[in-house]
Amino acid sequence: MIEVNDIYKSFDQADILKGVTTVFETGKTNLIIGQSGSGKTVFLKCMLGLFSPEKGSIVYDGQKYSDLSSDEQRDLRQDMGMVFQGSALFDGMTVAGNVMFPLEMFTKLAKSEMQDRVDIVLKRVNLIDAHHKYPSEISGGMQKRVAIARAIVMNPQYLFCDEPNSGLDPKTAIIIDNLIKEITEEFNITTVINTHDMNSVMEIGEKIIFLRKGLKEWEGTKHEIFKTDNEAVTDFVYSSELFKKVRQMYIEERN
Amino acid sequence: MKYLADIGGYALMVIELFKKPTKWRIMRTLILKEIDELIYGSLGIIIFISFFIGAVVTIQTALNLTSPLIPKSLIGFATRQSIILEFAPTFVSIIMAGKVGSYITSSIGTMRVTEQIDALEVMGVNALNYLVFPKIIAMLFYPFAIAMSMYVGIFGGWMAGVFSGFLTSADFIAGITEEFIPYHVTYAFIKTLIFSFIIATIPSYHGFYMKGGALEVGKASTIAFVWTSVVIIIANYILTQLLLGS
Repeated sequence: MIEVNDIYKSFDQADILKGVTTVFETGKTNLIIGQSGSGKTVFLKCMLGLFSPEKGSIVYDGQKYSDLSSDEQRDLRQDMGMVFQGSALFDGMTVAGNVMFPLEMFTKLAKSEMQDRVDIVLKRVNLIDAHHKYPSEISGGMQKRVAIARAIVMNPQYLFCDEPNSGLDPKTAIIIDNLIKEITEEFNITTVINTHDMNSVMEIGEKIIFLRKGLKEWEGTKHEIFKTDNEAVTDFVYSSELFKKVRQMYIEERN
Repeated sequence: MKYLADIGGYALMVIELFKKPTKWRIMRTLILKEIDELIYGSLGIIIFISFFIGAVVTIQTALNLTSPLIPKSLIGFATRQSIILEFAPTFVSIIMAGKVGSYITSSIGTMRVTEQIDALEVMGVNALNYLVFPKIIAMLFYPFAIAMSMYVGIFGGWMAGVFSGFLTSADFIAGITEEFIPYHVTYAFIKTLIFSFIIATIPSYHGFYMKGGALEVGKASTIAFVWTSVVIIIANYILTQLLLGS
């Protein structure tokens, strides 16, 4: 579980986060949604320790991040997996090399044991045949799956994904969404996904936080988002005719 | 104010890059890869430039020493002194600031833009130690490249001097052995080692802490080259004063 308590972050006197408080629960896919510039990525990077909030605290299963020494923070980060928007795979390494990298850095496993672990996670993301390829030789969807494999290879307690579906076709996006949800349940990890893909919200949003101008405007489940009368949320989520119809159908079905 | 912040940031980077070292097994591979990229990959250009600069130094010296009272061996002497004291350690280092420095800034800067450095940090890797430390160690082999530059430069001078008919081979060899002070080679290698640290770290600083996108990677490479050259020139003056001035 990750508890975020009243965090503030600004850059060059522009306030990006203005006191966000929430809890991300273990074993659930927690979604952060909001328009571009609402502070989603900054919020995620604060949780990852890449940005230090000016005020407030982030607590990982009882461990307050700001109270830890830099070495302890680095150790805690080894329990985190991150899927970056652009995948952030290491260009000079093969798919298998990318996935093996955290194992080589932080474990004392024998090469064969590492290889076995890499094979397991590559099978899990359906990429076992691509292990010898370089990131430039595979598609965007495959790169995202490699990034997921790299993020879970160390059995992390926390998985963060920054817009995992951006740039992907709808079918591949659904595959990625389902993969993340399955992994979250299978490994019982705390997953936080930053997205503005409404399909993801409808499919896997067990807990949704809506950020607007650096503030938490709304939070709830994917079922509650159909019923909410919060104008900012409905404006954002149901901006397309398709989603307006989906919402209407959902409400009619429930009635 | 920005310059002071950069100097402070650079000092903090140098301290940080020695913390939480990467496993030796991985570091060894990284160092060998960097030796290949930074040193072995630069030998061609170093040899090419050294040969022709050595040749030009000899020809220009010969064309300016027209008095019959000045012995021809002085051409060889001047070529040796120019190459050992300044050309090989300083001029080649400025070239390396362009070749190796821009490679370092652009490779690290691209990793920053594509969030690969963030990925390293999220994993708990000391990204500075992982990316910059192997470059510093690899650059410790830079004096070997400079030694080659010295030999090839003097050889280029001999070729140009003898085959252009400015002096005989015996005159040139007499010149390069005349009043030879071994400490001058030591001085050149001390300078080279300091310059190698500058070439490895200043471009790394500009790449590692750059902000923006692909365009900024190019700008960072240019700024890194300018500052690396400026620092080499200033360090050259200070080291010459310290090592030869007294």
